[in-house]
Amino acid sequence: MAAKSGFVSFFKRERHPGDLAFAVAFLLLSVFLVSQLGEQAIWAKRTKFFAQPAFWPTISLSGMLLFAVLHCIGSLASPRTPGRGPEVIFWIRSLEYSVWFLIYVWIVPRIGYLGATLLFTLALTYRVGYRTKDMYLGAAAMGVGIVVIFKAFLQVKIPAGQVYELLPDGIRNFMLLYL
Amino acid sequence: METLAAAIAILLRWEVLGALLVGSVGGVIIGAVPGVGAAVAIAILLPATFAMEPIVGLTLLLGIYGSSMYGGAIPAILINTPGTAVNALTTYDGHPIARDGNPKRALSLAYSASFFGGIFSVVCLILLAQVLALVAPHFGSREIFLAALLGVVLVVLAHRGKVFVAGMLACFGIFLNTVGLEPVKYTRRFTFDQTWLASGIDLIVVVLGLFALSQAFLLLVDKDTHPEATRVEGGLFEGLKELWIYKRVATVGSSFGVLMGMIPGVGEFTSQFMSYTYAQKTSKTPELFGKGAPEGLVAAESANNAVPGAAMIPLLALGIPGEALTAMMLSVFYVHNVIPGPQLFANQMPFVVALYIGLFLLNIFVLIFLIFSTNQILRVIRIPSRFLGVMILTLAFVGLYSLRNSMTDCAIGAAFGVFGLILKRLDLPSVPIVLGMVLGGIMEVKLRSSMARVKSPLDFIDRPIAAIIFTAIVLVISIHLWTYFRRTGKTAGNRRENRD
Repeated sequence: MAAKSGFVSFFKRERHPGDLAFAVAFLLLSVFLVSQLGEQAIWAKRTKFFAQPAFWPTISLSGMLLFAVLHCIGSLASPRTPGRGPEVIFWIRSLEYSVWFLIYVWIVPRIGYLGATLLFTLALTYRVGYRTKDMYLGAAAMGVGIVVIFKAFLQVKIPAGQVYELLPDGIRNFMLLYL
Repeated sequence: METLAAAIAILLRWEVLGALLVGSVGGVIIGAVPGVGAAVAIAILLPATFAMEPIVGLTLLLGIYGSSMYGGAIPAILINTPGTAVNALTTYDGHPIARDGNPKRALSLAYSASFFGGIFSVVCLILLAQVLALVAPHFGSREIFLAALLGVVLVVLAHRGKVFVAGMLACFGIFLNTVGLEPVKYTRRFTFDQTWLASGIDLIVVVLGLFALSQAFLLLVDKDTHPEATRVEGGLFEGLKELWIYKRVATVGSSFGVLMGMIPGVGEFTSQFMSYTYAQKTSKTPELFGKGAPEGLVAAESANNAVPGAAMIPLLALGIPGEALTAMMLSVFYVHNVIPGPQLFANQMPFVVALYIGLFLLNIFVLIFLIFSTNQILRVIRIPSRFLGVMILTLAFVGLYSLRNSMTDCAIGAAFGVFGLILKRLDLPSVPIVLGMVLGGIMEVKLRSSMARVKSPLDFIDRPIAAIIFTAIVLVISIHLWTYFRRTGKTAGNRRENRD
């Protein structure tokens, strides 16, 4: 009994809702990656041990697996805080904004940086619940400001939109260079 | 003297001074917005500096790095929400002073203490420069490998109560660095026959995902908040006079900042807590701590602001970053073809001194800016949280997409954004991943090159500096295990006694 109590206190820690779900998921990832060591990294012939291509993946994945097991035990040994379901749903909800972001990335080379940014900031402002004229104006000003600062002034490497090809010569050159 | 003249010549150009000014002011504003922070800003702006001259790009980002903590004190004091994570301790005493009707006093004292800490660390850095120039050439491959290993060990052990997860994430970071084409035999590692993984996973992509996108997702999914901060009336010069009363606390706090800043993996949090504990223990009114003790505020601010300058010591001398921000500064140096390490001190001393003077100047710029512009900065604090999320997401695109114009980078960044959000929600650290990636790369290269000249394991530590670092690693691990077992043993014993 005393040995069990000592074991539990060794691993006991603060545990937030969703902690076990994360610990188990990471442990599974570690197991999967370790299982791929033979396939995905080679031990080359006539090469010193420390220069082997598989040396560092083996070291890092072994460490990852060891600590993932310990973290998982810690999660099981610590008092549970209810709320795993809502917490996991919170994580999943963030995927929606990843999709928003990737759509933005996808449309930039098509309709151009300025148009895509304006569309993105205005639509996302609407989506997150701001419905006033001031907020839309703020979102548009922010979008234009970011494009002007980064593309026109700092000349950051962002490709021009395909639709710019349809514009008249003078405006097209300006749009290609600055917006 | 020649070195100093050459350093001043590097700095005294309008574009360099302009970059320093813009970086300093920008850093304060970014630091003042809760949930943004210097890491996000540096990651977003780094690709924007690719086209700039190295010294211009570096001073711009150095300005942001060195000044964000000044700005972070403003919301910490006025709305009890730290602008950057390291300003958390500032809320303990800064906010109660402001709440009791004295926001001007709290802010001016925080600015003065930060200024003192910043200048103190730069002076230490300048004084240490000659010593570093002498010591740095004695660092060969094995010493740098051991220093990087010490960095990993300290980063893991610094996360008290989360050591296992910090270890797991540090190893994950080291693993991420191995993905792609390896540099010796040019074989593919963990690419799963996917061409987009052959070039590896870019550090900046991971950093932007873990810091910027995760924060944006968190703000967008979470409840909307509208922070309110009232205007501060009157001048902010009094703090400089009041700081004189607490000069002992400020000096000790700054010393802790310098000391802890130099040790990889320890950084602001430890230095602040040590400084704060010292101030409380030696105070005549320890009961006031946490309720509005000016000494507490001075201890926290002087310690955290002394760290950036000091953290540049291992970064410049050895190329070893101590925490996430210096890891990012390391990539900033690499991007601009400045390779930190012993050779930098041997061959480019004027450049190093120019950086030191730049750090010194930025503290002056920031103090002047803050004294006159605090009320204007308050407008930034009032931005609703979800709108801030939209803003960060839009800005993160610039950082991610302009790296290689790659949709894949953006998708990887978004995946790390969701991963970073989970870590934030679970109160788990993301810094070990970043440091694992950076230090893992250094360890791989340095171990390979050092083992070529090593015949037996003991040869590895037969040089004095290598032996000292190795002893430090063994000592740090032993002390940690000893205190951990003692504490858990005591806890289990207490529980048994209570049951009996």
